[in-house]
This record gives sequence, C-alpha cells and structure tokens, in this order.
Amino acid sequence: MSMQPFVTETGVCAALMRNNIDTDQITPGHTGMKVQKTGFGEGLFFNWRYLPDGGDNPDFVLNQGPFRDAKFLLAGANFGCGSSREFAVWALRDFGIRAVIAPSFGAIFTSNCYMNGVAPIILDEAAVSAIAGEIAPDHCTMTVDLVRQVILSPGGREHRFHIPDLQRERLVEGLDAIDATRKRDDQIAAFQAADRLRRPWVYAVEGAAA
Amino acid sequence: MGRTFFEKVWDDHVVADLGDGAFLIHIDRHFLHEVSGAVSLKEIDARHRTVRNPELTFGTVDHVLETVPGRGMTTRMPGGDDFLREFTERIGPHGIRFFDLHDRRQGIVHVIAPELGVALPGMTFICGDSHTCTVGGVGAFAWGVGSSDSEHALATQTVIMTRPKTLRVNFTGQLRPGVHAKDMILALIAKYTADGGTGYAIEFAGEAVRSLPMDGRLTLCNMAVEFGGRTGTVAPDEITFAYLRDREFSPRGADWDRAVAYWRTLPSDADAAYDMEYELDCSTLEPQVTWGTSPEHSVAIGGVMPDPAASADPIARTSRQRAADYAEIEPGASVMGLPITGAFIGSCTNSRIDDLRAAAAILKGRKVAEGVTAICSPGSTATKLLAEAEGIDRIFIEAGFEWRESGCSLCMSGATGGESFPRDARVIASTNRNFEDRQGPHVRSHLASPVTVAASAIAGRIADARAFASKEDEQ
Repeated sequence: MSMQPFVTETGVCAALMRNNIDTDQITPGHTGMKVQKTGFGEGLFFNWRYLPDGGDNPDFVLNQGPFRDAKFLLAGANFGCGSSREFAVWALRDFGIRAVIAPSFGAIFTSNCYMNGVAPIILDEAAVSAIAGEIAPDHCTMTVDLVRQVILSPGGREHRFHIPDLQRERLVEGLDAIDATRKRDDQIAAFQAADRLRRPWVYAVEGAAA
Repeated sequence: MGRTFFEKVWDDHVVADLGDGAFLIHIDRHFLHEVSGAVSLKEIDARHRTVRNPELTFGTVDHVLETVPGRGMTTRMPGGDDFLREFTERIGPHGIRFFDLHDRRQGIVHVIAPELGVALPGMTFICGDSHTCTVGGVGAFAWGVGSSDSEHALATQTVIMTRPKTLRVNFTGQLRPGVHAKDMILALIAKYTADGGTGYAIEFAGEAVRSLPMDGRLTLCNMAVEFGGRTGTVAPDEITFAYLRDREFSPRGADWDRAVAYWRTLPSDADAAYDMEYELDCSTLEPQVTWGTSPEHSVAIGGVMPDPAASADPIARTSRQRAADYAEIEPGASVMGLPITGAFIGSCTNSRIDDLRAAAAILKGRKVAEGVTAICSPGSTATKLLAEAEGIDRIFIEAGFEWRESGCSLCMSGATGGESFPRDARVIASTNRNFEDRQGPHVRSHLASPVTVAASAIAGRIADARAFASKEDEQ
C-alpha cells in the first residue's frame, strides 16, 4: 500500500510516560493478528485501553477527551522494544498516530516506522519530560515539521531532531522502498557477481532442495 | 587503524552507500516463519513481485504451530490458522526451501538456522523475528526485521539500514559452577538497562565468552535484542568451526576450506576501536532471576526486590513501580522462595541440547512439586529426537514435566491466546521476555536459566539450582 506523505503535521499530543513500552503492549497478540497490513487501530494498547468487560478504561490517556484524536505520542525510553511484529506500527498508524517522540526506540520498531509513514523522533529525556509537562487537555496541540526537523511544543518551544536524510525523504514523499531499490538491480547483480568469486559457498547452497 | 569484526562483515555487504549513514546491505540468508512470513509473501503475491533469490531463502513453521503431541496445522490462537494456511500455500510456488511440521528439520528458526548450517560466520542473516540476533552466536551478522523489510529482502535480496555503532562487551573472568550464559546476559541487561545497547552492533568478547560452548553463545546473543542491540555476535573461532563442520547446509570439501580461511580473517584487528565498551566480571557472577516486567529487572538469586522509589529518574521510578505492582512483590522481599505454579523450559533462548542436558541433571530422580505445571518444548525436532535418544525425555517425564513437540510454545503462544498459563499464574521460564501478559493474561513470568527453572519446578518456589547440584556431588 502507498504511504501517506508527512511534511508538517499539527495535532494533539498524548503522553504515555513509561519506559520499555514493548510491542506486546502496543498490539497484544490475542487481539487478533491478521494476515494483512491494515485494520489494527482498535487493538492498539488493547490491554491498557479496555477493561476486561470490553469497555474503555477511563484511566488510560487515549480514552481521555482530546487525546482520543492524538496524532503524536510522547513516551519513555526504549519505546517499541520487544517483538518485531509490524502490527504494532500498523496499529499506531491506523489509530492516527503520525509520530512517536521518545528518548530511544527499539531498532526493529524504528525500521518498521519508516516503512509505514510513522516518524520515530528521538529527543533527549529532558526534552520529552519538558513537553510532557506542558500538556493539558485544553493545551495539547503540537506541530512536527519533518522538513525543518523541528517540533513546536504546546508551550511554544522549539526542539530540533534528526532523522537520516533517506528515511526523512521517504516519509516526506511517501515513497515505496522496494520500488526505489529495484531501480538499483544492476548494482545488486554486480555485487553478487563479485561476491560469488570471493565467497562462493554463500551462493552454492548445499543440502537437499525443498 | 584496524577494523572490528562487525566492520569487516558490514564492509563486505555494502551494495550502495545511500548517504547520511544509510546503506543498501546484501542479505546472504533469509528465514521465513508463518507469522511475519505469511504477511510478506501475501504482499509479494498481491503486487505480482518475484522472489529474487529463492535459493538464499528458507522457511519453517514455529510461532503459532501447536507444540502439544499429535499437533496438526490448526491452532487455538485466534486467527492463527490463517497464518499457517497462507504461509504454507504461498511459500512453495516461490521455490523456497520449506521445513514443514513433518520435517525432521522443523524447529524454532533461530535454533535450526545454526543447527542446519544455514547461518554461517560472516553472513548477513535476517528473519521477521526479533530474536534473529541469536545466530550471531556462530559469528553471523543477524538481526530481526518487520514484515516490510522481509518483503524488501524477498524482492531485492537487500535491506536498507543505518550503520550501527560498535559496542564490545567484555565478559572478564571465568564462570563459577552452576552459572550459565543466561545469567551473564541477564546480569548485563540489569547493569546497563534494557536500552543500554540501543544503536549498537554488539560483540560479546572476553575470557568467559571464548570458553562458552556454542549453545551458550547462542543463548548470549539471543538476548542482545533485549539489550536494545541491532545484533549480538561472537567472533568465529575453533569452537565455531567445529560446531559447523558437516552440518546439512554447511559448505563441504574445498568450499569448506575456503570458507574457514575467510572466517579466520574476520575477528577484530588488535588495534580496532569500538564506539563503546562495557565490562562485566564473571568470576563473582551469581545465577540471575527477574522480578518484574523487563529483562532489566533482574537480580542475583539470593537478592531482594529493589525499591522502585530509589530510582532517581521519575519516568524510571513510575515504570519500576508499575512493574512491582504487576509482579506483586514488595521492595526488600526475597525473590528466591517466591511460590510458583508454572515452569517452562523452551524458546529460542534455552531449548538446545545443552540446556536440556543441564536441566535433566537437576531433574533426575526428583519430582516436580505438587501444583506446578511443568512443560518442556525442545527447540527443534532434531534436538527432541537427540534428547530422546539420550533418554532425557524419560527424565523429564518421570519428574512430572510435559514433553512437547518443538516450537515457540509458551514463549510466544501465551501472548497470542494460544497455549498459555492460567490467568494470574506465577511462572519461571527459560525464555527471554517477562513482559506483561507475555505467557497468558496477567501471568507473572520470572526469567532464569534452565537449571534454575528445573530446580524451582522441584521446589515449587524460585530456587537456587546449586543447592541441588551440590547434594548430587556429595552422593
């Protein structure tokens, strides 16, 4: 599916200030993993967002007032650690989250974000805590400018961040990575031809075929 | 300036420099399983793309496949049958080698990849599973990817990635008896936190690592992702070569000799520099067990539950308090002695033959405590058959363990509504994640080595396996 371009976005920012929010919590497996890439928004943070009887948990931030429409999520360190399940990013995206802002991210989660038009933005802990401190239900609008790589916090402060050029261009333009790489097939073929001489055992796979 | 092991492997796989730290990296081996693989293959088919190098790609079923005896291609995980069916139907037409549930080569991807010689030193190796870093134990540069990266690799035999920084972890000194690779990695994560390795390609080095047999190295690298690492590796040496020789997909004859000659050039040069170095002294290391909901919540087995209020940082304080509330343990309480109702030996962390042998040595002639559900799921069908040939299955069964088929079992399945421990259970497991609800709804999981799990199953409470081992020695 094509990605939604992300240039400058303004919207509600919700804060979920815990460390080590793992992908099992972002999309618990029992909420129905499906052999597809969309339709996971309802399952986002399922065990935290809903009560055992299926009703909304009023204590959970995404069930509170304007945060139901959050476009940005602030979190503690190591957000998206754990399982590689891309369902976690699909659920955030399907819910409407365009960027997650945290001091650090799980590496696989970061890569999955780039593949799906969600920006994983790293700010240091002091900056994340400062923005979280500014947020109130009637004061939670924030702007993320991916071109200038700047966040304008609800309190009107600017925070600079960096996303590698290639990934940022992909987010801004909504580019499909596979199409872009396939244009380099000659380079891939040349690499393999040279590598085959250097490491023949990599390509001549022993053993019984399927 | 010399190069590190990781830099040598990286340099040999760069297809293109894409600027600002991003590179197009060649993938030597790609393993698929039914969860992320089903989605990748479905997208490939939907867009009428071809698999560029099917001969470099492998597949098996492990994640939602049941591990109960007599299993078939249906699972109690909601929606799981679709993954099994879609994957099985789609993989064949692409000409990808596939080890189905009846194949002796079936097993957990990260257990069978080294066991079959699919993962080799100096190779880039990916799979749509976070614990792919496990096979860094044989000296491969291996890391987990999502379905889209997997799809990218199927279509192009490459992935786009930012070059990680290098981190060397020096495990100094020698392990004392009764202390294992699992204890090394839990202690490391507790010392430097769960994102201590974030942004790094981690190389595990030092005297204690060099002495580890291959199964221990695989356990060590398995949890590199729980440390935030992009990958975890052990540079190849004679132990690696001896382990890989004559494996089904290992090179043979002249190719083997050429491969070993190349592999010998890979270890870091003496003057190579790392971006970061950490150190952990193994000579005083105790067996470890986790108390909370992150692998970083680990203490020595004789230790006590730390006070969350002692954390200086407010976010860490809240997070640790939440973990303590979930685990229902009071600050200052001893972790050893906590009563358990479940014990599990399995998963890509600790389900290999050395793990089963070590646990069997504790279990032999003993019985699992009343009220404890104890389960063992070997990591591969081949491991299961080997264990049965050695009589290990009888020791487990006579002790009161369930002896299962191979697969991810309670490590993965509990969280997906498949096989799981009952609600509110407290269990000890040889797995890698003690996350909330990981092994069933509101199940509290304590991570430990297989011997600690075996000893705890017998005691009915979290126990120090060394007490059991020493009793054995006296007899």
